[in-house]
Amino acid sequence: MHDLYQFVSGPLAWVAFILFVGGSLYRMIAMLVEVKKKEPFIFTYMSLKYSLRSIVHWMTPFATYNWRRKPVLTVVTFAFHICLFVSPIFLLAHVTLWDESWDISWWTLPDGVADVMTLIVIAGCVFFLLRRLTQPEVQFVTFPSDYFILAIVAAPFVTGFLAYHQWFGYPMVMVLHVLAGEVMLVAIPFTRLSHMIYSPFTRAYMGSEFGVIRKSKDF
Amino acid sequence: MAEPAVTQDEKKEEEEQKVVDEGIEVGISRLTEARIEQVINQVLNTETGARLKTYVNTCIHCGLCSEACHYYMSHDKDPKWSPVGKVKQTLWEMIRKKGRVSPDFMRRAVEIAQTECNLCRRCLQFCPFGIDIAYLISMVRRICHKLGITPLYIQDTAHSHSVTMNQMWVKGDEWPDTLQWQEEEARGEFPTLRIPLEKEGADIMYSVIAPEPKFQAQLIYQAAAIMEVAGVDWTMPADMGWDNSDMAMFTGDNEIMGRVKRTHFELAARLRVKRIVMGECGHAFRSVYDTGNRWLGWSHPPIPIVHAIDFYWELLKDNRIPIKEKYPEPVTLHDPCNVIRGGGLMEKARYVAHALCETVVEMHPNREYNYCCCAGGGVINCGPPYKLKRVKSNRVKAEQLMDAKARGAKVIISPCHNCHSGLKDIKNYYDLHMDIKFFGDIIYQIMEKPE
Ligand code: HEM
Ligand code: HEM
Ligand code: SF4
Ligand code: SF4
Repeated sequence: MHDLYQFVSGPLAWVAFILFVGGSLYRMIAMLVEVKKKEPFIFTYMSLKYSLRSIVHWMTPFATYNWRRKPVLTVVTFAFHICLFVSPIFLLAHVTLWDESWDISWWTLPDGVADVMTLIVIAGCVFFLLRRLTQPEVQFVTFPSDYFILAIVAAPFVTGFLAYHQWFGYPMVMVLHVLAGEVMLVAIPFTRLSHMIYSPFTRAYMGSEFGVIRKSKDF
Repeated sequence: MAEPAVTQDEKKEEEEQKVVDEGIEVGISRLTEARIEQVINQVLNTETGARLKTYVNTCIHCGLCSEACHYYMSHDKDPKWSPVGKVKQTLWEMIRKKGRVSPDFMRRAVEIAQTECNLCRRCLQFCPFGIDIAYLISMVRRICHKLGITPLYIQDTAHSHSVTMNQMWVKGDEWPDTLQWQEEEARGEFPTLRIPLEKEGADIMYSVIAPEPKFQAQLIYQAAAIMEVAGVDWTMPADMGWDNSDMAMFTGDNEIMGRVKRTHFELAARLRVKRIVMGECGHAFRSVYDTGNRWLGWSHPPIPIVHAIDFYWELLKDNRIPIKEKYPEPVTLHDPCNVIRGGGLMEKARYVAHALCETVVEMHPNREYNYCCCAGGGVINCGPPYKLKRVKSNRVKAEQLMDAKARGAKVIISPCHNCHSGLKDIKNYYDLHMDIKFFGDIIYQIMEKPE
């Protein structure tokens, strides 16, 4: 078990991070190159001011018409996404690992807070799952891959939580956690989780179109 | 009336709604699977690029765009009418199967793309990623166009554009004859009025859509009267290109769209006018201001385009139209997608409405969030076979109007031809008993005229 842990948290972690960073850069650059090649006019419409206007509005809870119309979902999705980013990055256990391997460290969350944030992410996944199962308009456009994506996101948080509380089979859970975390990282550039990479661009383009040409709001 | 219960009659109507469109059927009968596959892949691989791919890959299937769509809202939130639902039933499937879809699939695809989406772009404002559903649906239309399965009525208008450069088969001499006829009529009321034809170097070229000379010549009369009273230096062209409308844009026939728009702009350039002012039409504005010009490679119109709302705003702001008395009846203002969400004229439209009318009752939601009329995007141009579906698919608009009516509005102002016709059908179907007017109708009615 120890060897296995060494393997998943050593070489495999390298692979995962390289695929995550490299894959994300690749997806982004491939997209921009294709725009340049086939639809270069898109660049001529881009406006920094209206791109930011659009991105800032959509990144602010209740700042858009649709966020205001859907208050519950808005609270959930913002809580979910914020905790999703903040908890693993500022987790003491994670920062300790960075410190041990790279001698770098940064501010960390109190464990109790990280624990709650983890639960928020898990609850968010459950919320999205229930939405998918019960709301006809979501159900209609749901594919098996949508459940799969949700599972990929939930897994590192569930296993991380179990590992932290050491409720059962700690070494095994720890291996599973590291694996799950790596799967999620790799999935970001290669599944619909790539919305993290693309969303700033799609927003910026729509914001620019609405600001420069249509002179109205896209939010 | 707002929420009609499903009755036996309605069931019957649903049956009647199953239309047979000759344009689609004949086209489908000629299709082979190989041809479908080839065309889909040609459009998806060579005519589209990162934009389409990114939209498809980024969509998280969250359904948050659904409630933007009047089709979805009017059909009791049946997901097959939601924006993303319509993309799922068309484009996603084509991509997933790499173009290997059946003729029956294409029959349904063209029905969705041409008659179940107005390209109104309201859903663009609802999607957290700004995914351009209207663009995706217009790519489906493009595929259908290339497969020759566009609905009959709208295809006929595209043919007309191609042959005559206008939408309504108006023949070469009918056009100047109509203008002359309206000039003569108007001189009874305004003795010095002219409709100056082909006046080079005029400030303004006034352009209209072909249905005006064909069916609504009085609108040209009214426009001429307003120009006369306001003392505008204007002209109308005698040659092809006078029609600013564009149904080819809505069938995915980009080549004809380009020809039609080029002719229009070249005509204005030949007349050396400073600006093109267009009548109260929304889709034509989209074509000259947003879509057609860009297809030709002009990021902005090569000659400034001024929509009638904008033009009336200018005239009223400068007190160039003397008004006898404000229009007394309470009005409500419909915000046409293509000039409001597509052109930002919401505040100017309100300025004009308030300058002309005693009481303006707002519809809700309004401005860029307004619901579409369900006629635009070429849907009404698919003709009578789809009329029932069209009015039933906009119950939410009827509810909006009913609410405005309950708060006193008697007249609907609709500064767009498509909306005008669409709202007329809606008010008749839902027994709304409201009048519908253009701004031009009201200005003409209340301005000071020579004794
Ligand atoms: C190379 C990959 C990773 C390694 C080596 C790793 C390692 C660890 C370790 C050692 C812990 C502490 C367990 C304990 O206290 O006993 C932990 C907890 C946690 N990990 Fe990871 N992790 C990795 C990736 C991830 C990823 C990608 C995520 C999420 C995106 C994540 C989310 C969490 C969470 C939420 C907790 C704590 C849960 C809680 O406090 O309730 N981890 N991880
Ligand atoms: C800048 C980064 C990101 C932005 C702007 C963003 C934005 C969004 C938006 C707008 C939605 C749809 C609204 C909703 O259903 O709540 C969404 C859903 C979601 N996002 Fe993100 N996201 C980002 C990063 C991520 C990352 C890194 C992950 C996971 C690795 C992720 C996982 C999810 C999941 C699981 C959903 C729910 C999908 C469902 O309904 O099943 N997001 N995101
Ligand atoms: S009709 Fe309008 S809101 Fe509905 S899908 Fe089409 S563009 Fe979107
Ligand atoms: S709101 Fe946007 S991301 Fe969500 S289903 Fe609609 S198009 Fe897709």
